[in-house]
Amino acid sequence: MSIPQIARHEALFTSGHRACHGCGIALAVRHILKATGKNVIVVTPTGCLETFSSPYGYSSWGVPWIHHLFENGPSVASGVAAALKAQKQDSVRVLVIAGDGSTFDIGFGAISGMLERGDDVLYICTDNGAYMNTGGQRSGASPTYSSTTTDPAGKESLGKTQMMKDLPAIVAAHGAPYVATASVAFLKDLQKKVKKAMKSRGPRYLQIDTPCPSGWGFPPERTLEIGRIGIDCGLVPIFEMENGKITSIRKIKKKIPVTDYLKAQARFRHLFADKRGQAEIANIQAIADRSIENYDLIRRSSKE
Amino acid sequence: MSHIQVVEGSEAVALAVKACRPQVISAYPISPQTHIVEWLAKMIADGELETEYIRVESEFSAASAISGASATASRSYTASSSQGLLLMTEVLYASAGLRLPFVITGVNRALSAPISIQVDHQDTISLRDSGVIQFYVESSQEVYDTHIAAFKIAEDHGILLPVMVCMDGWILTHSYEQVSFMEQEEVDSFLPPFQPVNFLDVNDPKTLGSYAEDDVLMEFKYAIHEAMQYAKGRIKEIFSELAMVTGRDHGGLIEAYRTEGAEIILTAMGSMVGTVKVAVDEFRSEGKKVGLVKIRCYRPFPFEDIWNAIRGAKVVAVMEADFSMGSEGAVGMDLKAKLCGRPDAPLVIDFITGLGGREVNKGTIAVIVQKAEEVLNSGLPLPEPCWVDLNPAILQ
Repeated sequence: MSIPQIARHEALFTSGHRACHGCGIALAVRHILKATGKNVIVVTPTGCLETFSSPYGYSSWGVPWIHHLFENGPSVASGVAAALKAQKQDSVRVLVIAGDGSTFDIGFGAISGMLERGDDVLYICTDNGAYMNTGGQRSGASPTYSSTTTDPAGKESLGKTQMMKDLPAIVAAHGAPYVATASVAFLKDLQKKVKKAMKSRGPRYLQIDTPCPSGWGFPPERTLEIGRIGIDCGLVPIFEMENGKITSIRKIKKKIPVTDYLKAQARFRHLFADKRGQAEIANIQAIADRSIENYDLIRRSSKE
Repeated sequence: MSHIQVVEGSEAVALAVKACRPQVISAYPISPQTHIVEWLAKMIADGELETEYIRVESEFSAASAISGASATASRSYTASSSQGLLLMTEVLYASAGLRLPFVITGVNRALSAPISIQVDHQDTISLRDSGVIQFYVESSQEVYDTHIAAFKIAEDHGILLPVMVCMDGWILTHSYEQVSFMEQEEVDSFLPPFQPVNFLDVNDPKTLGSYAEDDVLMEFKYAIHEAMQYAKGRIKEIFSELAMVTGRDHGGLIEAYRTEGAEIILTAMGSMVGTVKVAVDEFRSEGKKVGLVKIRCYRPFPFEDIWNAIRGAKVVAVMEADFSMGSEGAVGMDLKAKLCGRPDAPLVIDFITGLGGREVNKGTIAVIVQKAEEVLNSGLPLPEPCWVDLNPAILQ
């Protein structure tokens, strides 16, 4: 067995890539491909994943993989799916594994087109809340009051003032049969959702919270923990929507305040520097509370 | 065996594409490209053409979708025009770099602003550096034949680049002309099924579109340059091979028209060539030594063939419907750059004409030839660039 064969034998996404220590994306991708198996073609738009997994002469990919441009992952995938259909290769499936910058922002038109056409593509967004590949610039997925390099906190600013784009709802509004969120904090759940998504046809969407030690500012060994705190404070709802209706929710066992999440990350540090941040922390708590209410995230005792 | 029919230029394109058995078509409508993609859609709706047709939300996605399809071993096609071609620009550079051999019809139309739907070559000329092979055609017959050849050229293992067939909007797309069509068996034996080299295959997983550092990128770009150089010879062979089947020879990279003994040679591309040929015939009957080089293939730039045709001429008047703002026309620049330093080089004058649908008629050509004669007699170049037929009233 050759070295590449051994590598492929062990995992369809191999180690040795150039991701930062504690990268949530690399972890997510390894488990995505464990769930899909080898009969997939992966399209990855420009971003962290493309850069760290494909330096010329090396590749982490044990499945056929293409990177084309930043804003066209969905349309390249539509073309791949059409080609497979023309060749009657029904058993080969198409995945996009993209970042939030290409998904929420620059490729938004293309993803809408792909969804509207009903193309048979599983679109997976690994969301780390900013353009991390280029140093952490603000994206439509950056959380409210996070400090990014293009919308930094400063004497006159507390970072991003807008709400994060609600992409799962937008995707669901296109009539996508399967929309779900997941987190690297719960890898079995992530794999289960990928497997479930692979069972149906048409455009499906999975958004994975992938904490980023470098961009968010926490030690690399805390990736999974940060992911869990985000879920348990209500800011990162984990759910499934099938045919427009919520069919499963990861309940919060014990609700924790958003300050536990915010204090753990440098991108929110400015909120604790002086009194200015207090109102904004309260706003973020309100966002989490709304999310808890909207998605019914709190586990109630049977007596209630 | 072939059959002859009077068809719209757009239908001739659609029939050529159909005969090439594309597996995936993706398109977004834009005037004056629309009829081509409508004809193809109708063929599919009527069950005459079996292909996957992706109706995308933008030209950017049209080019992207056929790139994905081409990378998945499918013969793929799109068409666009003007702003749509510019929106595709980023995709075309990347697809040339990925060596994806699809075919695209570039229906020539002016670029905004001011917005106009009329013809000129600014749109496709703007893509000259992308690594896409470009042909410019004169008639519906040539547009049909060139599309058949285009897939074979693109898919040649020594080339593997996108090929764009550029045709003038309205003048060619919306005119009805007599076209001689090949039989399907003739096309099938000329153009075998697509045999890609590197493609997305679960049985042999490959990584396409890697991240390149400073140690490899130059070599990738040089490889495209080498493929372009190789293509010059291969394109001529493929055109000859097609001419053997059809009995129609439109020339190779260029067509030299009455250049023997010519003192003044015009160069032109696209549908204006037909008018120039008539004008050249008239000049010749008046005893004026005027000839024409029709540039069929613009990228790769066929300098060697042009040089063979213009050698001995005193003046070359380049007629072109494009302009590089702040400099001059693209074809003129190409030709002058290649002639620079040759002691026997003719004087080259660049004439900008026909922008935004401005008619290029025999009167226009007479003005150009008259100026060329002034240069011929004086031996001195004209102040350039020479914009022809400008209306001074509008300029004020």
